Amino acid sequence: MKTDIILAGVGGQGILTIAAVIGFASLHEKLFIKQSEVHGMSQRGGAVQSHLRISSDPVSSDLIPLGRASLILSVEPMEALRYLPYLSKDGWVITSVVPFVNISDYPDMTMIENSIIKIANHILLDAEKVAKECGSPKSSNIVMLGAASGHVDLSFEALRKGVEMVFGRKGQDMVDANLRALDAGKTFSR
Amino acid sequence: MRQIYLKTIVGKKNYGYFCDGQHNLGCLFNSIKEIMGQLVLLGAEAIAQGALDAGMSGIYAYPGTPSTEITEYVQRNKYARDNGIRSSWSANEKTALESALGMSYAGKKSMVCMKHVGLNVAADGFLNSAITGAGGGFIVTVADDPSMHSSQNEQDSRFYADFALLPVFEPSSQQEAYDMVFSAFTLSEKFGIPVMMRITTRLSHSRASITTLSPRSQNALKLPEDPRQFVLLPSIARKRYKMLLGIQNQLITESDKSGYNSFEPGTDHSLGIIACGIACNYVKENFPGGLPYPMLKICQYPAPEELIRKMAVECKTILVLEEGYPLLESKLKGLLNNTNLTIKGRLDGTLPRDGELTPDIVGLALGCKVALGPDIPEFLANRPPSMCKGCGHIDTFLALKEAISEFGGDRTFSDIGCYTLAALPPLDAVNSCVDMGASITMAKGAADAGLIPAVAFIGDSTFTHSGMTGLLDAINEDSPITVIISDNETTGMTGGQTSAAFGKLEGICRGLGVPEEHLKIITPLKKNQEPNVDVISRELKHPGISVIISRRECIQTAIKRKKEEKSRKTEP
Repeated sequence: MKTDIILAGVGGQGILTIAAVIGFASLHEKLFIKQSEVHGMSQRGGAVQSHLRISSDPVSSDLIPLGRASLILSVEPMEALRYLPYLSKDGWVITSVVPFVNISDYPDMTMIENSIIKIANHILLDAEKVAKECGSPKSSNIVMLGAASGHVDLSFEALRKGVEMVFGRKGQDMVDANLRALDAGKTFSR
Repeated sequence: MRQIYLKTIVGKKNYGYFCDGQHNLGCLFNSIKEIMGQLVLLGAEAIAQGALDAGMSGIYAYPGTPSTEITEYVQRNKYARDNGIRSSWSANEKTALESALGMSYAGKKSMVCMKHVGLNVAADGFLNSAITGAGGGFIVTVADDPSMHSSQNEQDSRFYADFALLPVFEPSSQQEAYDMVFSAFTLSEKFGIPVMMRITTRLSHSRASITTLSPRSQNALKLPEDPRQFVLLPSIARKRYKMLLGIQNQLITESDKSGYNSFEPGTDHSLGIIACGIACNYVKENFPGGLPYPMLKICQYPAPEELIRKMAVECKTILVLEEGYPLLESKLKGLLNNTNLTIKGRLDGTLPRDGELTPDIVGLALGCKVALGPDIPEFLANRPPSMCKGCGHIDTFLALKEAISEFGGDRTFSDIGCYTLAALPPLDAVNSCVDMGASITMAKGAADAGLIPAVAFIGDSTFTHSGMTGLLDAINEDSPITVIISDNETTGMTGGQTSAAFGKLEGICRGLGVPEEHLKIITPLKKNQEPNVDVISRELKHPGISVIISRRECIQTAIKRKKEEKSRKTEP
């Protein structure tokens, strides 16, 4: 088994938290992982991505080769498009449609949505709305993970364990809120 | 087969997992130890854990991406705190290196960490420490940043080690990063010399599981047997230098025998591959079914000459893959002294001359097909980093821009920090960013040339790193420059580390000799725009040195601090 995931977003949107949850879940299932992150200057509101590689065999490269990612999971619609050359032929693009506009030349949303819809396998959802509706307004990122849960090759139970481990030290309320977000996101998974 | 990850937890040590203060993920020390007993670390953190397990007594550093996480890991490690492992931030890389050398003089194992350009600052100490040699194991860890993700150049630190005639360990994995710290301390103590650990951004900022080794104890205090070893008077230095030259062949033998350097035979001898550091991972990535060509993996330097000669006997065409400059590639021709050989790499255009390697770049060089996904739509906009909303630097720049408008021209010399982003729209407010501290000295030089007034814009931490001496030059000549110290009371860009300048700026400026009437303090807030413009205008018109300290806490640091205060209040 081998899954290569590109996590995408803007600095501060919580993609490294998604990575941590998937990382814990992978270890729970006794798999090998390598996870490359962006630290430093780009975190100041710039485009950030993380290469997450999960495998039953040891992983060589910290970076995913072009055209090999089975999933681009993004918390921001334009950022989902930035990494398309990494997407494999039958790969999935799963992204929130809520734009993060911190630049003056942010493109037209219709063009962005049309480009995503052109990818055969895609899931689009308003993660912010879903997060609010399930009473966890700060958990858009975990909603997105729930929506992608069918494409990470990990059991949902393992992902729940991952959420418990990542948020456990912040108290049971935080764990519950994020589990609700994970469950709410899962209803969009297909 | 799935590998068993479980490892035995050694003693009472706590291990960090996915812990990253920078992202407020915090440390999950206890939970991960109790639940999984596993270690998943960034390459940088693996070095830190390796150093703790190998018996390091102190780590010295100035923050700099991609090296910061090494020291931060030690700072928040419970074992390190309980055992008094020294880990506070130093004022700059030079003071850090010299302090680490002092600890080594006293017989203890020490490490100094920096980003690649930090080694320029510490170069004097580094090159001369090769001549003094070390006492206790002494590791100089340098994190290079090919492709300049967060840096002003992509210099390759292996050249410094080559220049200094010192060995280098360049890990290809997080596990090697951990293991090599043990090997580097051993090699350092065996030959009595400093040893470099060189990593690059990718490994530093990528996580994987690692297995730990049995811990070693710290060294006892022990002075050098020769009391003059560290006295580099010419007569002594000449002897020490000859000693350094004398061990070079032994260091090459160490590399030839090293477990980190390996020759993997292949069936197709039309090409031989020499892959340094993480480049060998990219080769393997492209040949999941096994590599047909012989490959020499090099992760310890000086270059293993015997292994390289073996490759030259087997293959007449050799591809050299290096994450950085073509160091080995350019040495190969001389080393092998054989015109029948074809050496491929960055110099002949097989690989790009600049930038970091990727599995795709290496794959293309090896004739593999790249499976490109869909194109990026043309309308996609860049999203460069920007200063945070509400940042004090912004208000300082807005006041400066208004005040300086009557003089016109590009006359603001900036420095290295978040505020360098003011070079981009919408602020477009600064005209230089060269090296730590260069704002003040470049402003002085420009004023000497007649650009009056000239402005220097520098952060608090950068000022104590390398701005103070330049300010002294300007004071001694009463240069007509206005130095704005934008004091956010932290080292912001690298994630909010303690600033050595905290609470000391006025004292430093007065002590250096800034006249009291031209030392001003302002608070950069929107509501203060008008008075702040007034202060800056008046100082710009002053025909001598002025310093304006513009002070407001970094909003990221403020948020973090308030969160911590809140959690302290709610916890009993």
